[in-house]
Amino acid sequence: MFSPNCFTTDQEIAWCPGCGNFDILQALQEALAELELSPHRVLLCSGIGQAAKIPHYIRVNGFNGLHGRALPPAVGARIANSSLKVIVQSGDGDTYGEGGNHFLHTIRRNPDIAHFVHNNQVYGLTKGQASPTSDLGMNTKVQTAGVILSPFNPLSLALALGAGFVARGFSGETEHLKQLMKAALEFPGYALVDILQPCISFNKLNTFAWYKKRVQKLEGHDTGDQEAAERLARQWGDKIPIGILYQVPAPTFESRIPALQGEAGEKPLAGRPFNPGSLVHLQEEFM
Amino acid sequence: MEINILIGGAAGQGVETIAALLGKVMLRSGYGLCLDKDYMSRVRGGHNFSRLRIAGETPWCATGKVDILVSMDQETYFIHQDTLQEKSRIIYDPESFSLPQEEKRGVPVPLQRLAKEAGGAVMANTVAVGAVLVVLGMDTDSAEKLLQEMFAHKEGMVEKNYLALKKGYKEASHHCSACFSMPDKKIDEKRLFIDGNEVLGMSALASGCRFLSAYPMTPSTGIMNYLAGKQECGVVVEQAEDEIAAINMVLGASYAGVRSLTCTSGGGFALMVEGLSLAGMTETPVVIVMGMRPGPATGLPTRTEQGDLEFVLHAGHGEFPRAVLSATHLEDAFYRLNKAFYLADKYQVPVIFLTDQNFADSARSVPPFDFQRLNYERHLVEEKGLIRPYQRYRITEDGISPRALPGQFSGEVVLADSDEHDEKGNIIEDADTRRRMVEKRLRKQAGLASEMEEPTLYGHQEPDILLMGWGSTYGALRETVDNLGFQGRKAALLHFSDLWPLPVKAVSEILTSVDKSFCVENNATGQFAALFRRETGLEVDHKILKYDGRPFMPEEILQEVQKNV
Repeated sequence: MFSPNCFTTDQEIAWCPGCGNFDILQALQEALAELELSPHRVLLCSGIGQAAKIPHYIRVNGFNGLHGRALPPAVGARIANSSLKVIVQSGDGDTYGEGGNHFLHTIRRNPDIAHFVHNNQVYGLTKGQASPTSDLGMNTKVQTAGVILSPFNPLSLALALGAGFVARGFSGETEHLKQLMKAALEFPGYALVDILQPCISFNKLNTFAWYKKRVQKLEGHDTGDQEAAERLARQWGDKIPIGILYQVPAPTFESRIPALQGEAGEKPLAGRPFNPGSLVHLQEEFM
Repeated sequence: MEINILIGGAAGQGVETIAALLGKVMLRSGYGLCLDKDYMSRVRGGHNFSRLRIAGETPWCATGKVDILVSMDQETYFIHQDTLQEKSRIIYDPESFSLPQEEKRGVPVPLQRLAKEAGGAVMANTVAVGAVLVVLGMDTDSAEKLLQEMFAHKEGMVEKNYLALKKGYKEASHHCSACFSMPDKKIDEKRLFIDGNEVLGMSALASGCRFLSAYPMTPSTGIMNYLAGKQECGVVVEQAEDEIAAINMVLGASYAGVRSLTCTSGGGFALMVEGLSLAGMTETPVVIVMGMRPGPATGLPTRTEQGDLEFVLHAGHGEFPRAVLSATHLEDAFYRLNKAFYLADKYQVPVIFLTDQNFADSARSVPPFDFQRLNYERHLVEEKGLIRPYQRYRITEDGISPRALPGQFSGEVVLADSDEHDEKGNIIEDADTRRRMVEKRLRKQAGLASEMEEPTLYGHQEPDILLMGWGSTYGALRETVDNLGFQGRKAALLHFSDLWPLPVKAVSEILTSVDKSFCVENNATGQFAALFRRETGLEVDHKILKYDGRPFMPEEILQEVQKNV
């Protein structure tokens, strides 16, 4: 009944031929189909950038907002309608640069959101500037003498902030990525999957071959071991681990909001009936 | 006949507690009252004061003269001595400081010592309340009942506060018993004693607002505090990491179907501007309460100004429809904020609701509100009206597209997009679709214009002198018109609550028939007068502007008008 075709759209895709985004899109469509999620029950929020165009290429509800601002609308939507399966998807510049503050505080909130970051270590849509995750020394039209800022490590940061689900995927390992996405979608709470992907147009350093040679699927790793996860998160260079680094649920944001609990909490906030007359008693404390 | 009490002291000395207690006593005793607050941007020290004006009917605003000065420190006396009248009285603690020898109006009450005798220095406020009551010739019955309600849950505190109250009452009676006579009571029915932020918080809740996200910022924080205390009513309050997150969270919640609100001041609104534009493009309903304070930048954080009208009119990149409403007085603001939600939902636009510190922090005694007058129509598409496949941005005659919520209809998805988009919500770049979408969105402006309320003429119906204003200056302007009337002048007020699209019919008709027109604004450049000229081509004769961070007093406006007629 559910097939990836349920999620396809008629839109012409504006990504460069050969872009890692195609693989990520395919993995997502397959993951949603395998989890038997109906398109109208899913909401995909994104920001701005090449990756952030994804709500146009997959048939689910979409809120394609502002650059750097993909997470806050997703949090708001979760509060308004906790029956929606909410996904946030954007690029590395959007998520870790412009949206850095929201990234920090969304992890602290722990809403039930699956966060898939397309991390190609470069700015695509603005044509080739360094991103927060660019490697030291990478030359660009702006960073003419090479990147001098140390790279942002999203996995270490997420672990330090207490994220319950932290994973890394690679667009070239689509089947593996799909499994990561499914695990993130089923995880109760904030789940980060940082997805390495080549940018065939602008990143001449971290190419498909570069990643392919380095990524190693985790085997025999205890996903409940935070210290081991932190060590793996810092691994970069010749060997880059991919897989679930850490997976330990904690109480979600939604489960700690009074208005979303109890009998009333069973109905999404958006669908509850309301009559202004029921609140006349609010005036008593002022009399 | 009225009584003006000013309670002043350093931050942390309980100025607001005394004012709140006294206010509630007066309310329960059947008087009309208003209270305004003047405070500094600090937690301890400095000089803060609250003014309580008590009359038979509810006064519209504070006034400059003082009958009873409760001086919690010496600085209060020196700052406010010029406002005292011959018969005024000064309640002070002689063991804390002395008044100058020539000052004969003092009522010495050792506040600290009596409080300690009653059981703790913290009750010095209650001692002061007792002193004020005896000076006014009132008994302590209402105050005792109030203390009972306030401290019932704290063991022993009711008795201790009773004692403190009695001690203050007795001590002050040696110096001045019933030095003032109270106004005749004219109010029989129950009233609320409530401030601007509380009215807005209550209105939001009663308007079906179920989500507020904001970052604390004076003077709007009171709205967030109010709603946070009402979560049992099913509202969610989330303190955002910054105002950018606040408005984006609110937009996400609104898109997903909940009436949502954010509140801020100028600096926070500046951060929200990008999100405002997003609301315009995605056609997502949102109400933003924007409590003005003096800028630029951090300005005077705890004071008042009407300096951001031009800012909110033009804020946001690109062209999109919006509505701007303002809080004029408590009785109106309760319904006006509901109108903001109604307009936001019906037209799928951002609505900015302007207040300022003067409105936010001032309390008055007002009749109970009529909750049945509030609107909770969501303007969502129903199953029977749904055209499949659903298109979020379907082009319509009035520019309003059918709004569905994500998850509302099986098999249909809702796509909102900040890029220019087609009717489905998908990104486009072609010139024709762009033009049609711009026109669709802007057509909603005509609908909004038809919803704007013309100001009603207050005062003389064929005036020679016309005062114009907007927002929180209503009370001061109304009293000015009354005073001009008492002087035999034919004066009237046109006061605007709905500001954009500006309703110009009433004012255009009357302006040419008056001798002198004045636009009165709490800013330095006359922003409303400029908007008015832009929309009508008409100009007012005089602008009365005040930009020292303080609200207008009616006597100041009167003086300026008299100079020019």
